[in-house]
Amino acid sequence: MKQEFKIISDFIIPNTRVLDVGCGDGTLMQILQNTRKIDIRGIEISKENSQKCVGKGLTVIEGDAEKDLSQFPDSSFDFVILSQTLQAFLNPEKVIQELLRIGKKAIVTLPNFGFWKVRLHLLAKGTMPITKNLPDEWYNTPNLHMCTIKDFYKFCNDRDIKLDKALALHNEKTASINQNNLSIKNLSAELGIFLIEK
Amino acid sequence: MNKDLNIKSLIIDRPLKLDCGQTINNFPLAYETYGSLNKKKDNAILVFHALTGDQFVSGINPVTKKEGWWSYAVGAGKAIDTDKYFVICSNVISGCLGSFGPSNINAKTNKIYGTTFPIITINDMVNAQYNLLDFFKIEKLFAVMGGSMGGMQVLQFVSNFPNKAKIAVPIACTSSHSAQNIAFNELGRQSIMADTNWVNGDYANQNKNPDKGLSVARMAAHITYLSKNGLQEKFGRKLQERDDLRFSFDADFQIESYLRHQGSVFVDRFDANSYLYITRAMDYFDLTKKYDGNLSKAFESTKTKFLVISFTSDWLYPTSENKEIVIALNAIGADVAFVEIESDKGHDSFLLDVPQFLNTLKNYVNNSYLKTNDETRV
Repeated sequence: MKQEFKIISDFIIPNTRVLDVGCGDGTLMQILQNTRKIDIRGIEISKENSQKCVGKGLTVIEGDAEKDLSQFPDSSFDFVILSQTLQAFLNPEKVIQELLRIGKKAIVTLPNFGFWKVRLHLLAKGTMPITKNLPDEWYNTPNLHMCTIKDFYKFCNDRDIKLDKALALHNEKTASINQNNLSIKNLSAELGIFLIEK
Repeated sequence: MNKDLNIKSLIIDRPLKLDCGQTINNFPLAYETYGSLNKKKDNAILVFHALTGDQFVSGINPVTKKEGWWSYAVGAGKAIDTDKYFVICSNVISGCLGSFGPSNINAKTNKIYGTTFPIITINDMVNAQYNLLDFFKIEKLFAVMGGSMGGMQVLQFVSNFPNKAKIAVPIACTSSHSAQNIAFNELGRQSIMADTNWVNGDYANQNKNPDKGLSVARMAAHITYLSKNGLQEKFGRKLQERDDLRFSFDADFQIESYLRHQGSVFVDRFDANSYLYITRAMDYFDLTKKYDGNLSKAFESTKTKFLVISFTSDWLYPTSENKEIVIALNAIGADVAFVEIESDKGHDSFLLDVPQFLNTLKNYVNNSYLKTNDETRV
């Protein structure tokens, strides 16, 4: 199992209601369903992936999270997951607000644009960085709003969004992020994983 | 009509109070089954047919001698695998293939009902079909499914009997018939009524038949089942067995010839009054009416798992209307999945060979069967 998925799974309390926003082909949903015995739903924009999910018997609706989250009532989920998708939205701020409206807690993971390899790539080569977590060229990437762990940390603080947990992931190793090590983790981590609530 | 053919029929003796106020009893409900009911009786699927469908879902229809209307989806090894599931389908009441309808004889007058037959609603159709569960001694269906008017019956079934089906698959349908759809149905009805052979619905007693009116109704409706792109691709401006225009009102274009053919074969298998009654039932369908426009309330107590399916080129029951069902179900935390299938075949997509649709349906049904049985065991 991907380390990211393992951490997400650890965050989730059994017998709860969970929504996976941008659930892809349903891999994470299936892991969580099997390990956490939760009532899990998904929303996915790609037709191919939605059909794969539904084919697995998963409760997934084909839709655009930027428009279709509005149909879910306030606090209708215990956890809402957004795995490496935030940067692909037109309006990430609004999406975060929606996640915190429909979920009592939200789990947000993001590829860290502050990772040293990303910085080095831009510094040395002078072209848009391509890494394991950012595999696309500038002209075909779905990522519209890249951010760093530091950016997201500040984003939450500025809006009084509570950071219940903030983890930095590098080479399958995880470390807690706090105000003191923020700059270092912003350099050393490939992925940031946050458990947030209003 | 066709009483002598191999049509299975259940006589329902329990009185059924119709929405129009009348009560009917001792009436026939014609049905067909495919596959076999297992010992646990947990593999039954009730399929609902659309406007001009019937109980002959799969295999060769003994009346028309053509493939059943959902042969692409239902059969051995198909999306709805009859080696695994017990598929039941019945002819709706007011239909014309063995169920109680306007072509039946009224025992009181000894005449064919015609338009003296009571107005039937989707709710009435579903309530009549519910008797099939008792007949087969099925406590809970595995699934209810259907497209178009069949999908409306799925919604009505779950609303009426929230705990009688584990999964529900309404396809290419709506929870409330739109003005545009009522308009198209009215066009069809007026076409039938304008035929002098309709004689106020009494044609069967007078050995007449409003073939022309019914055929035009079918032609108009058939256009709404297809898409502009689909039509353009298949027919374009191609001419029918001729090199040039004839400067006449013959069927110069292939599309004209095709529609005329559709109209003419339809009148051989369908009763004009049934067409009036069933289109009326569709027009009256509004699941939100009882609940002041709040569709969620129609499903409030259900535990049924839903899969809603729409098609990109379906402009008769467009994705937006199918999504309203999804939204209403999500608003109450019901278990609902949704996909919109890419297809240029219009509303008819659900009846045709659309692999993405059939594969998704197949996998969803099979996996849900495994999952819902796991849950029962726990």
